[in-house]
Amino acid sequence: MAVSIRTDGEAAGLASSSNRSATGASWDQPILLRLVSIALFAGIWEVAGRIPVSFAFPTFSDTVVAFFGLLADGSLATAYLSTLQPLVLGVVLSAFLGVSLGTICGLWRTGEWLVIPVFIVLQAAPVAAFIPMVTFVYGIGMTAKTLAVMILALPVIVLNTYKAVRNVNESLLVMCRSFLGTNWQTVAKIILPDASPVIFAGLRLGVAAGFVGVVLAELLITPTGIGDLITFHRSRADYAEMYATIASIIALSTLTLVFLQWVEVRVFRPESRGA
Amino acid sequence: MGATALRNGPSPVPAPIDSIVEVRGISKTYGNVEALRGIDLDFPRGKLTSLLGPSGCGKTTLLKIIAGLIRADGGTVAINGKRVSAPGPERAFVFQDFALMPWATVTRNVAFGLELRGTNKAEREEIARRYIAEVGLAGFEDKYPHELSGGMRQRVGLARALSVDADVLLLDEPFSAVDEQNRRKFQEDLIRLRTNQNKTFIFVTHSIEEAVYISDRIVLLSPRPGRVSQIIEPEIDRSGDPERIHRDRHYLDTVDEIWQGLKQYVE
Repeated sequence: MAVSIRTDGEAAGLASSSNRSATGASWDQPILLRLVSIALFAGIWEVAGRIPVSFAFPTFSDTVVAFFGLLADGSLATAYLSTLQPLVLGVVLSAFLGVSLGTICGLWRTGEWLVIPVFIVLQAAPVAAFIPMVTFVYGIGMTAKTLAVMILALPVIVLNTYKAVRNVNESLLVMCRSFLGTNWQTVAKIILPDASPVIFAGLRLGVAAGFVGVVLAELLITPTGIGDLITFHRSRADYAEMYATIASIIALSTLTLVFLQWVEVRVFRPESRGA
Repeated sequence: MGATALRNGPSPVPAPIDSIVEVRGISKTYGNVEALRGIDLDFPRGKLTSLLGPSGCGKTTLLKIIAGLIRADGGTVAINGKRVSAPGPERAFVFQDFALMPWATVTRNVAFGLELRGTNKAEREEIARRYIAEVGLAGFEDKYPHELSGGMRQRVGLARALSVDADVLLLDEPFSAVDEQNRRKFQEDLIRLRTNQNKTFIFVTHSIEEAVYISDRIVLLSPRPGRVSQIIEPEIDRSGDPERIHRDRHYLDTVDEIWQGLKQYVE
């Protein structure tokens, strides 16, 4: 089990490659290695900024200074206040809807035929292309942004949950039946815990996709929040501020994924702790 | 024949006085393979009966039909005189592949049958602890299955089946995934456990030695279609040192006798 969790972590880490050491690294490695990896990354960034690679590429130190500047003048807080609302709403809705829908499809043939093909198409499609359409239908408000998060996050969550539920350990199902488990008990006590590693892999990918969705929406639909802060600083050629904003959302995304993994191990798969 | 009682022929054996499980005319077909044909069997209360036969004789299928996990095409199974077709509280199953929840501790796994029945946590953990000690796993209550050896995992499976206090324990080749040394130790423990617990055991195995070593009664099944070919009651004294049974003359004679009978089915 521990092996598959680690690979899932790697897959999720791809979404935020600059910080992958935080999610991708195995947990039993000494913290020193992780710090070295971060320091190495910062060092290369600093050197690349000093060469400079491009006049629009700030050094690491300038970016850190800009980051604290953005924190101090409150613009980062204001931006996050506006970005986090549709993001959290969209991700939470996608998680509940996606896991429920995926579970139903995994358990019920008809549901599988009705629902799964739609999500297979959605997962294959470049869904970002739908975002202008969402704007056209729902305007430029909170609804459109939440929907943008959901159309990116939902398919992978539904499909992973569906696959996990479908491939649940047959012998545990028989065991539950032989000890007189009801259908509800079988779902709650066997199917969901057994499927949880794959469901959580889907959730991590879904949450990462949700971050993509909200930033896309803010760049394409409504110039608000983080998307607006990025666009604004780019237009004023404040590249350090722009990179600080981008780095901050990547860091937030990574921290969210790490938190999700912590919840998974803590609540659902205690046996993989420290394994 | 010595002290070994032998009853030959496929004809139904006269029912013993007190049989807890009665199997009548059970048949089962998978596609065009006839797994079982007209099985009539009685399992005496408080005894250990083995279902023994080469692979393909339908012994596991028969056990799972008795457990209510597989539906028979024809015939009936009665437990304590009541017809059953689904799992029930009077039967508990021990699985060949252990079927332990990897995310649950030994205690939760053992208490799982009681958890499903709605027994409160304190009470079921108390019961679980007792049976964990009974199967020799005291001190491992908070371990997870992956931290245990194969033999220990099956002890957890056995403790889980014991803890629901069923009258009949159904064991499906419980030692086949356990290494040889652990199997020997486990078999000895099973003999001891059987005298402590007043339960009926139905035990599926493909090992002649194992069947003769632990059983009061051995039902020999022949393959294609699966039918009862012989019922043997080895009369071996198991009260003393379990090690001595392996050198017992009746034990050795019975093993040899069964082998002579089964030889024809081995290609």
